[in-house]
Amino acid sequence: MEYFLTEEQKTIKSLARRIAEEKILPVRAELDEKEEFPWAIIKDLADADMFRVFIPEEYEGLGGGCLELCLVVEELSRVCGGVATTYAVNALGSYTLIEYGTEEQKRKYLPDIAAGKRLTAFAISEATAGSDASAIKMTADKVEGGYLLNGTKQFITNAGEAELYTVIVLTDKTRGARGASAIFVEKDTPGFTFGKKEKKMGIRASATGELVFRNCLVPQENLIGKEGLGFIQALRLFDRSRPGIGAQAVGIAQGALEMAVDYAQQRVQFDHPIITQPVVQDMLAEMAIQTEAARALVYAAARMVDSGARKITEESAMAKVFASDVAMRVTTDALQVCGGTGYMKDYPVEKMMRDAKITQIYEGANQILRNAIAVELRKRKAKTE
Amino acid sequence: MNVVVCLKQVPGTTQVKIDPETNTLIREGIENIINPFDTYAIEEGVRLRERFGGKVTVISMGPTQAEAALREAISLGADKGVLLSDAAFAGADTWATSCTLSMALRKLEPYDLVVCGRQTLDGDTGQVGPQLAEMLCLPFIAYVNRIEEIADGKMRVRRMVEDGYEVMESHLPAVITVVKEINTPRLPSLRGIARSKSASIPVWGVKDLNVDPDKVGMAGSFTRVVKIFSPQQDRQGEIFQGDIEKQVDCLIGRLKDNGLI
Amino acid sequence: MFAEQRNGEVRGVVYELLAKGRCLADALQSELSAVCLGHEVGDVKSLIAHGADRVYLVDSPDLAGNQEDFLTQQLVELVQQHRPEIVLAGATALGRAFVPRVASALPTGLSADCISLDIDAEKRLLLQTKPTFGGNIMAVIICPEARPQMATVRPHVFSQCEPDGSRRGEIIKVDFNRESITSRTKLIDFVEEIGETVRIEEADIIVAGGRGLGKAENFEMLNELASVMGAAVGATRAAVDEGWVAYSHQIGQTGKTVCPRLYIAVGISGALQHTVGMQTSECIVAINDDPNAPIFEVATYGIVGDLFQVVPLLTEKLRKR
Repeated sequence: MEYFLTEEQKTIKSLARRIAEEKILPVRAELDEKEEFPWAIIKDLADADMFRVFIPEEYEGLGGGCLELCLVVEELSRVCGGVATTYAVNALGSYTLIEYGTEEQKRKYLPDIAAGKRLTAFAISEATAGSDASAIKMTADKVEGGYLLNGTKQFITNAGEAELYTVIVLTDKTRGARGASAIFVEKDTPGFTFGKKEKKMGIRASATGELVFRNCLVPQENLIGKEGLGFIQALRLFDRSRPGIGAQAVGIAQGALEMAVDYAQQRVQFDHPIITQPVVQDMLAEMAIQTEAARALVYAAARMVDSGARKITEESAMAKVFASDVAMRVTTDALQVCGGTGYMKDYPVEKMMRDAKITQIYEGANQILRNAIAVELRKRKAKTE
Repeated sequence: MNVVVCLKQVPGTTQVKIDPETNTLIREGIENIINPFDTYAIEEGVRLRERFGGKVTVISMGPTQAEAALREAISLGADKGVLLSDAAFAGADTWATSCTLSMALRKLEPYDLVVCGRQTLDGDTGQVGPQLAEMLCLPFIAYVNRIEEIADGKMRVRRMVEDGYEVMESHLPAVITVVKEINTPRLPSLRGIARSKSASIPVWGVKDLNVDPDKVGMAGSFTRVVKIFSPQQDRQGEIFQGDIEKQVDCLIGRLKDNGLI
Repeated sequence: MFAEQRNGEVRGVVYELLAKGRCLADALQSELSAVCLGHEVGDVKSLIAHGADRVYLVDSPDLAGNQEDFLTQQLVELVQQHRPEIVLAGATALGRAFVPRVASALPTGLSADCISLDIDAEKRLLLQTKPTFGGNIMAVIICPEARPQMATVRPHVFSQCEPDGSRRGEIIKVDFNRESITSRTKLIDFVEEIGETVRIEEADIIVAGGRGLGKAENFEMLNELASVMGAAVGATRAAVDEGWVAYSHQIGQTGKTVCPRLYIAVGISGALQHTVGMQTSECIVAINDDPNAPIFEVATYGIVGDLFQVVPLLTEKLRKR
């Protein structure tokens, strides 16, 4: 389908595809098997200026928007969801700074992020606070010189590998949802260590782990924006980043669809390639329709984000929910088409199915997002009564 | 350090066919690319600039579409590109090509190093590098697979020979050809692509180079192609018969016929 | 013709060129001279036995290392002095590097890497056939006016003749005029390297092993074959998983994709997951004892047999060439 991308967007998309096919494809199985962090690929992405895509021009970025980021993430995900996550999370870990940071903060950190020299991460989840993000317990007590951080963050992508962390903490335990703030913490700050690295079902090239803060002193200048705005910043952040997860899901689905079609054309049973069987054609057609529909919805949501529209919660949630469910369905069906061979680790499609699952869970579990969409629907109905 | 890289735009495949009627190559539908060996030359030039500062200029002799190859080189990190194009340059053999390139290099003086790929995908001669050096009266080293050091107007390199490598030293400026083993060419960068689109690439012809038209193009060539043909090639699977010894002999014979060993 | 020597020994390709040069000289009713530049080169007389009428021998310690500036200037001088119609040299690393410089200095035309040379006796032209486009197209080239007509020839293209000890010829010693010849490059060291200098993704020839090899030690057999052929060694997932060889050698769906000129699949069944990583190779040779193995469907040449017999035999024969 024609999406009327600009020349620049096409350039970004095709360069991302080249990197994916030339640099990621040859090593994705090994990265997945060994749960290795893809440092070499990070360097290739950095050299190609891919980290500049989501940084504003004033800070040595290329000033791309949500759609540009989605294009890169989609192309990388088509080859490996794990590497795509590792890359995409850097946008997540930079946005709060970009939106709410001071000039000094931005000048201090963004150029290195744009050059891919320092990776970032975003930390809100804790053991008792996943979907219920407001239930976080980690604290940041105001002391002389700054904040003293105490607590543990769970399931943080890029934990241990990133140098810069946007952490959502309670600066005021008495104010409930208005008591949280975003604080920027650098790796190697005394009192900041990492817990165990998780062994995951999928996106295994991505590092996921705990952040452990014990009396970690962080300077005052590291507060991003104003105290008390933490949750609002986080919500706005996710509204903007969800199309990116949608793009990841679309990419994974696309990769699986292509594998299934290739396989069906080569696999001969009963004297004919199985793609000549109506049952298989039906499956493939459905997979193609779903993937394209997901892509169209993700791009539309991304364009909405880029237009500067104020209310994007519903649309960006829809894009993420729909695309991630599609990815799960398409990868499962793709594996089915590939049959016994698809089940074997030797063949890449089972990894795609394992990678797809997380897209239904993180950055807002789909059930929560459906709730949020329903809330919007109810609001509208209520207005007309 | 000023580095000049010579590159050639070639058809993007070796699987070219001959038109049976005109007995010339069918070039339609074949995408053009930078000669793969030249990408290593470009990369080495860029790495030298990253190491020692200076600039990388890429030049190419070719028809107007060769400009795309120069732009691609800029997206890969080269600073400037110059196209040498003129009807008079057409039909050149390696000597006439080297002559044209050498006149362009005189115009680009001063420079410290000229880097060429070891051979082209289409011509397969590997002659332009050495001939260029001879015309410019510059030292020449072929098959460089590592530039070890550059200091005080001298360079020390490793160059590949059949059974190992030699370490050689030379004064600069010099001309070298490089092999695949020297580096891994980078992918273009987004900023590089943007620069390549807006770069202005001058085109120099016979007049700009101040060259004698009898020394370039077909007029300046000593050699001429009188015939081209496709060698016999069939990809039909052949399973040999007979005892092991005979089968192995057959295999060796076939491989030798195909120029594979 | 240029008789390349290395470390005092005349190189094999020289004898092949002498055999061909003799034919060409005879067709033109002309003489064949060899130019040998080096230091204490043994067996210069063999050049006569193999067909030369005359040898110009320039012996100097300065020439021992095949210093290209010296070779170029000396050969140019000799050519200008004796005005041959045709000059031939082996397309070795050395030949391909310095012979173009000789051609450029004279100046005259040169065709590199010829695989065939013929004479048009009437016009006294050398018809030079060389591969282009990686061997897909052959071009026949002539140098109509400039002299000498020059060509370099790949080793193993022509065959040597049996030496004829009774042949007569002169050996003319030429002084190496050190003062008039300058060199701007200096050889500092030569390091011999045997081993992995070829990266598998860029190798022209790959010898790959699969489950059929049976155990790790048997990869040694492939290493030897690869060494004789100057090839890189590849493997299927099966072999890698068994721990017989490192993952970096794996070719296939979850390994590397390669497209060499020659791919020799040893003890490989040819499952899709593997062939998808190498099926675009220019020439595929399969060695397997199972005639129904799918590898034979993609192979250009196949040997159905016991690889433990075929591979050593192949290695031996290639080594002898």
